[in-house]
Amino acid sequence: MFVGGPSISELQKIVRKLRRHVITMTAIAGSGHPGGSLSAADIITALYFTVLRHDPKNPDWQDRDRFVLSKGHAAPILYAALAECDYFPVEELLTLRKLDSRLQGHPDRTLTPGVEMSSGALGQGLSFGIGIALAGKLDSRDYRVYVFLGDGECDEGQVWEAAMAAAHFKVDNLVAIVDRNQQQLDGYCYDIMNLEPLAAKWRAFGWEVLEIDGHDFQQILKAFEKAQEVKGKPTVIIAHTIKGKGVSFMENNIEFHGKAPTPEEAEKALKELE
Amino acid sequence: MVTEVSTREAYGKVLVELGKTNPNIVVLDADLSHSTMTRLFAETFPERFFNCGLAEQNMIGISAGLAASGKTVFASTFAVFASCRCFDQLRMCLSQPKLNVKIVATHGGITVGEDGFSHHSIEDLALFCSLPGFTVVVPADAIETKEAVKIAAGTYGPFYIRLSRPRTPLVYDENYTFTLGKAVTMRPGKDATIIAIGIMVAKALQAAQALAAEGIDCCVINMPTLKPLDEEAIIKAASETGAIIVAEEHLKHGGLGSRVARVVAREKPVPMAFLGIKDAYAKSGKPEELLQRHGLTVKDIRQAVKSLIPKKVFR
Repeated sequence: MFVGGPSISELQKIVRKLRRHVITMTAIAGSGHPGGSLSAADIITALYFTVLRHDPKNPDWQDRDRFVLSKGHAAPILYAALAECDYFPVEELLTLRKLDSRLQGHPDRTLTPGVEMSSGALGQGLSFGIGIALAGKLDSRDYRVYVFLGDGECDEGQVWEAAMAAAHFKVDNLVAIVDRNQQQLDGYCYDIMNLEPLAAKWRAFGWEVLEIDGHDFQQILKAFEKAQEVKGKPTVIIAHTIKGKGVSFMENNIEFHGKAPTPEEAEKALKELE
Repeated sequence: MVTEVSTREAYGKVLVELGKTNPNIVVLDADLSHSTMTRLFAETFPERFFNCGLAEQNMIGISAGLAASGKTVFASTFAVFASCRCFDQLRMCLSQPKLNVKIVATHGGITVGEDGFSHHSIEDLALFCSLPGFTVVVPADAIETKEAVKIAAGTYGPFYIRLSRPRTPLVYDENYTFTLGKAVTMRPGKDATIIAIGIMVAKALQAAQALAAEGIDCCVINMPTLKPLDEEAIIKAASETGAIIVAEEHLKHGGLGSRVARVVAREKPVPMAFLGIKDAYAKSGKPEELLQRHGLTVKDIRQAVKSLIPKKVFR
């Protein structure tokens, strides 16, 4: 049980706010990836506001839990969560993708407080997460590592190199989350590069596999709790989500994978997210 | 009789030495620990050694995660795999985030020999030098290897250290001190300067000795740190000798020759000659046969010096 965190209804309020940030930030930037940010929103909210042991005043705290956004194009939702946690001022969100901003188009660990790793070239975050998990074991620290992957990202061979290694090294302090929104840039995953049977693949690689509705906070929190109890192997949470979740005309609309809303679209989206 | 010692063996031994005093050091390999000699560390400190199997890209990512958690990481494989196979991982996980990982790769160049082009590494120096923030070192012998690895362990940031497969002649004795970013004048001379790197340093010294017998007084510079480059030493050599011959076991483009030429062209233009591999891959063969085929012998250096000296603008 996660104790002392916000209630489910409070989390729902927070995630609506974060979704609004995603719309506003990308609309003002004029570019970015709203679709995959919105599908990831509920899980990232649950992590930053309930699950993660972290201290925004001390981002380098050695015993913090680590969150690695491997699907780096979902940077807007990560930035929104970090800002609402006070890693940096909320107003700074409006500088996304602008020259000299700390909020780069894709995450940059050298610039942004709270960003654990630079990402954007897909398929690399899980390997990085293994390294942190191994260091935690070596140093007898009890922090946990969460790596967030896209489903399209699972096309990358390195994901499966890492999947094999994580099970081999028995890093049970590592949790991977796959944002299974079924879409990638060129269309539906099953048309571009079929991943199924995805759960069976992870299981075959030696992982504990949990499948949830990635927009249901009860299921999300329960999965993270369950993952903490798994010993001797890593856990993957396959989170079934909807790309563009929360905005009617963006949901399952591949157009908004890598396209920002126009000012009119943003206005409409913000109304829906009130 | 010249003593020949393997640089990779020196690496394996110094890692164990470092591991004893620095508990923060961890070592990774990709199923080549018997060739890269990291197995010596693995046998001594099994809990701090991670064999990543045949998955070099994953190894780079894991290295980055360990480094981001405060470890000093050594990751080893063959030079061709470390560079060509992992380039995006090097860029994303080590270069841009400036993480403290030392890529120490063995089997550099064509002296890998009989295994052929798939295992020859002739692009690695160009690739690693192109990565912002990387320090690139190519030791000339086993003693310099030992010293350079120690310095790398104590210097924050990403490193690439390129070693060889065969045993190579010692050019230094045990009193040698390696200084990062500094060229070493191996012998003074006034008629021309040979700037060499790695296994070519011993050959340059032999060439200079032979040329001395013919009355040609050649300066020989070892340039163990390819990046950042000791520009001052290059400018001084150009000013004092008026001709520069560069020798490297690498493609002519992107390695020592290109980097030295950029300094010479900008600061002190003098005639130059370039000994390196032309724009092609080498084939299977004995190391010495391949060096001969690709113009990287003592004789080739001698000839290059003799052809260049008449082109000098001032004598």
